[in-house]
Amino acid sequence: MSADVTSLQDAREDAQAGEARFEQLIADDSRVEPRDWMPEKYRKTLVRQVSQHAHSEIIGMQPEGNWITRAPSLKRKAILMAKVQDEAGHGLYLYSAAETLGTPRDEMYDQLYTGRAKYSSIFNYPARTWADIGAIGWLVDGAAICNQVPLCRASYGPYGRAMVRICKEESFHQRQGWEILHTLAHGTEAQKQMAQDAVDRFYGPALQMFGPPDADSPNSQQSMAWNIKRFSNDELRQRFVDMIVPQAEALGLTLPDPDLKWNEERGHYDFGELDWDEFFTVLKGGGPCSRQRMDHYRRARDEGAWVREAAAAYARREAAPQAGLVGA
Amino acid sequence: MSFASHDSATKQSQGDAITAEEIADSGATASEDVARYALILGDDSLMLAQRLGGWISRAPELEEDIALANIALDLLGHARFLLTYAGSAWGKSEDDLAYFRDEEDFRSCRLVEQENGDFGTTIARQLIFSFYAHELYTRLLDSEDRTLSAIADKALKEVAYHQDHAAQWVLRLGLGTEESSRRMQSGLDSLWPLVEELFVDVEPIERLEGVAVPPSSLREPTMRRVAEIIEEAGLTVPDAAPAYGGDRRGLHSEQRGFILAEMQVLARRHPDATW
Repeated sequence: MSADVTSLQDAREDAQAGEARFEQLIADDSRVEPRDWMPEKYRKTLVRQVSQHAHSEIIGMQPEGNWITRAPSLKRKAILMAKVQDEAGHGLYLYSAAETLGTPRDEMYDQLYTGRAKYSSIFNYPARTWADIGAIGWLVDGAAICNQVPLCRASYGPYGRAMVRICKEESFHQRQGWEILHTLAHGTEAQKQMAQDAVDRFYGPALQMFGPPDADSPNSQQSMAWNIKRFSNDELRQRFVDMIVPQAEALGLTLPDPDLKWNEERGHYDFGELDWDEFFTVLKGGGPCSRQRMDHYRRARDEGAWVREAAAAYARREAAPQAGLVGA
Repeated sequence: MSFASHDSATKQSQGDAITAEEIADSGATASEDVARYALILGDDSLMLAQRLGGWISRAPELEEDIALANIALDLLGHARFLLTYAGSAWGKSEDDLAYFRDEEDFRSCRLVEQENGDFGTTIARQLIFSFYAHELYTRLLDSEDRTLSAIADKALKEVAYHQDHAAQWVLRLGLGTEESSRRMQSGLDSLWPLVEELFVDVEPIERLEGVAVPPSSLREPTMRRVAEIIEEAGLTVPDAAPAYGGDRRGLHSEQRGFILAEMQVLARRHPDATW
């Protein structure tokens, strides 16, 4: 009895020491590692954010993957295949980072499969034309980079380190998207139109990738206090707009926003109000391809189940070298 | 002719990796017969890359999305080298040959054009093709044609991995569960009649002694090694007669037209465009 009381006291003291250490790590802008004590809410916030990011990479393979078989040159086909393969790789790093927080990969798969977990709503838009591959690279990966570069300094070590590698590859992805659009914008009349149409369609949804305006984003404050998030949604969105305006000029394409103009006083571009009704509709599963993306994901999981079972059975068999004799 | 490694947008292995651009820039010109031989090899790689590309985002596990994409990317690289070199005989680019030839002008075998089927069928095809390609490129290293030899050197390292990937999966599926064993066997059974086509000495190969590898010389070593894996996996080497046809001209598969319709649609819609 007294031993139980002692161990309970020990545990309480350990937790207090752990909490103090956690607060100190955050105050020092240092890194929290998997074995460190951390508040349950910090752990949950991270698992949700990292797994959502992983799911986005996985679902994000679909819109671009749908152009692999139709890419208009063998070189473009190779680049696109490598890019979609990178996305699978990013999913893998991120699931691994989330696993260090105690959530197994299968559980995260299950959350996506059953629709309990979300992924970035941008992937619920269709990639209709080849120029969309350019627009996705330039605008969608560009927005992702703006979001993700600060995450390289996220307080949770495995997440920050995964982001360093991901950002390097994303910056290549953005350049290849820009280069596709540049080639189209300097090509035939039909190619130019294709490029402009893609930019017109992806501009708004790409700006919405930073999430709702700060006033409507209550969770952001806590994430910033924990050094997970470093800049607010609106700050990042502004940074992105400031970055793409000169890039669009260099492409010779326009951005579909009549309110877009340089504000000398602020030292930033002003831009028009985004369609937040559309954003929330798509986020809730009402996007043009929301159902299609989930059906595709579920079909692949279902059709692969027998393969995963076989691999697990084979691994068990290999782990037990006497299995053959036992069975005999 | 030197093939220095340099950064490429596509993934290349380390070392003296060659690129399609370097082959184009090297000034090496294939003779008519060598070009026609390179097309046979290049078309096989292109069709299989196209098929495997269809697995990306559909694989049974994330690691397999990556592995199959990687293999597809390697094969696409081989196709680009071989079509670029073939095109040097006729003043055509890799894209001219990939996108603007018609169905009857391709020389790929029926095996690589088959639909992916389930994962067992895809692995059965990978087993046969990777072991064939490994034997092929091992011998093509000694080709008197320096470009073909350089391509073989690059491809061989990659195909060694494809072989390993396929063999490991045949073992896992063959020895995994009852269902996986049944599906793996069924994949082998359905593709087996198409295997023989890989080993037929079609022309112009007989005129290319010392340059080309006669496919018939690959039959025994390839099939011996394939049979070893099949037996180790507790499966049965199918006993099926070769399907009639299969001379890599005419009598091609029904699937080829569908593959090309999809692959070529955008390029043909904008024939004057560059991408």
